[in-house]
Amino acid sequence: MEALSSKKKVLEQKPLSLSERLYLPAILKGMATTISHLFKRVPTVKYPEQQREFSKNWRGMHSLKRDEQGRERCTACGLCALSCPAEAITMIAAERQKGEENLYREEKYAAVYEINMLRCIFCGLCEEACPKEAIYLDGPIVPADYLRKDFIYGKDKLVEQPFHAEQAN
Amino acid sequence: MELALVIQKFILVIVIFAVSLLVAMYSTWAERKVAAFLQDRVGPNRAGPGGILQPLADGIKMFTKEEIIPLDSNKFLFIAGPSLAILTACIGSAVIPWSTPLTIGSKTIPLQVTDINVGILYIFGVVSLGVYGILIGGWASNNKYSLMGAIRAASQNISYEIAMGLSIIALLMSTGSLSLKVIVEQQSGFWAHGWFTWNAFQQPLGFLIFLVCAFAETNRTPFDLPECETELIGGYHTEYSSMKLGFYLFAEYINMFVSSAVMASLYFGGYNFPFMHHLGLDANWLSILGIVAMLLKTFFFIFLFMWVRWTVPRFRYDQLMDLGWKVLIPLSIVNIVLTGIWITVKDIYFK
Ligand code: SF4
Ligand code: SF4
Repeated sequence: MEALSSKKKVLEQKPLSLSERLYLPAILKGMATTISHLFKRVPTVKYPEQQREFSKNWRGMHSLKRDEQGRERCTACGLCALSCPAEAITMIAAERQKGEENLYREEKYAAVYEINMLRCIFCGLCEEACPKEAIYLDGPIVPADYLRKDFIYGKDKLVEQPFHAEQAN
Repeated sequence: MELALVIQKFILVIVIFAVSLLVAMYSTWAERKVAAFLQDRVGPNRAGPGGILQPLADGIKMFTKEEIIPLDSNKFLFIAGPSLAILTACIGSAVIPWSTPLTIGSKTIPLQVTDINVGILYIFGVVSLGVYGILIGGWASNNKYSLMGAIRAASQNISYEIAMGLSIIALLMSTGSLSLKVIVEQQSGFWAHGWFTWNAFQQPLGFLIFLVCAFAETNRTPFDLPECETELIGGYHTEYSSMKLGFYLFAEYINMFVSSAVMASLYFGGYNFPFMHHLGLDANWLSILGIVAMLLKTFFFIFLFMWVRWTVPRFRYDQLMDLGWKVLIPLSIVNIVLTGIWITVKDIYFK
């Protein structure tokens, strides 16, 4: 029969030769291989101290942005939660009161905004859905923790730090 | 005088005991490091610089783990097993000559706990006792995996002890003594009468057989069938937890240290090192350098144990028995015959 491709390789079953039956040459060869790895460069990245370079479109921890005057941009429209395939986002909206104009940009804001980092798949759809450019996945790797409840990040961890006082004034 | 001798021996015993424990401790660290380096990894590096405190962390972990004695086990034997394992592992180092005697003032202090004239027999006795720890522990667990591991350990040790003994007989024929001290003294220096003095070069085949058997006797890969995880969960120590498990694991490393030291003294000249007689040093310095040489050789063998462990996969059980009975024993008998012929020829023609 004609071969269909040139990839076929016929294996012969020969009885072992004396040097093969002695095991030792093969073992010595194996030991030479393993010892050669002693002098190879170790590719390990020692994580917390060293970090590998992230690509430009790397998606890490979320941050809720502020505008130029340091006000929270999010208006609690819920589009991010709606778009989230993992249903990781929950929020409770509240109305902006008089005198809070310097805190919240829109008349409605998120009083509670939580992302469950164990559910989140870092797809970035929330970022895409947001009409207010309020959420970006531009943070670092989400760190490990011991308890499940500690993975539900609230506004304390998500909202970016306000600008420095002199910048805001 | 008597008291002085007792104190002197006592100190020596304590030092050797401490050193072997220390070496065993750091062998566990070294094993991981070697494994890591041979596999392009970094290995433990969190506990102290370079992971140097890792053995301590492991020890604390072992001590604080829950102690479990299975209900259906034989309680006395269950505890006796690991105790026996570690005890027999520790006493093996008593007859190893660590170096030439030190002279302090008018006293000479031999750096060997005891020079019994049947030192090799003693080592054999201790090594074969060592399997009892495994056997008893495996049997007392009342668990089929443990029992399987114990049976394997017993049959493996018996099979390889024969080959080991026979390979030693050839060595004894050429050295003419059972005392380790004498055997090491005969290998003094490195080069004499146009040939190497170390026994490894006079008994290459014997050394090879002894090396393979040493791997089998210490249950190291590729002969680690008594505890192979893939088939027997943990083999004889499946049911063990806490420090009793620690003892078993520790005993393995002490065994490795002792058998490396035995191999170094039987076949690689013990404390002797090349050009030792040409340096013009006085006896005490030679003695100290001797200790260093001895330890270096021992560490090399420990490294060899690890190197092989991370290279060669485990044997199948029938292959193991094949190798022991059909290859090593006939080979060592051939080695005895060859040695006999060589000694006769040397006596007649090279006198
Ligand atoms: S990144 Fe994706 S999964 Fe995570 S919160 Fe945003 S939409 Fe949901
Ligand atoms: S983050 Fe954006 S999409 Fe989500 S609720 Fe706030 S404004 Fe709406």
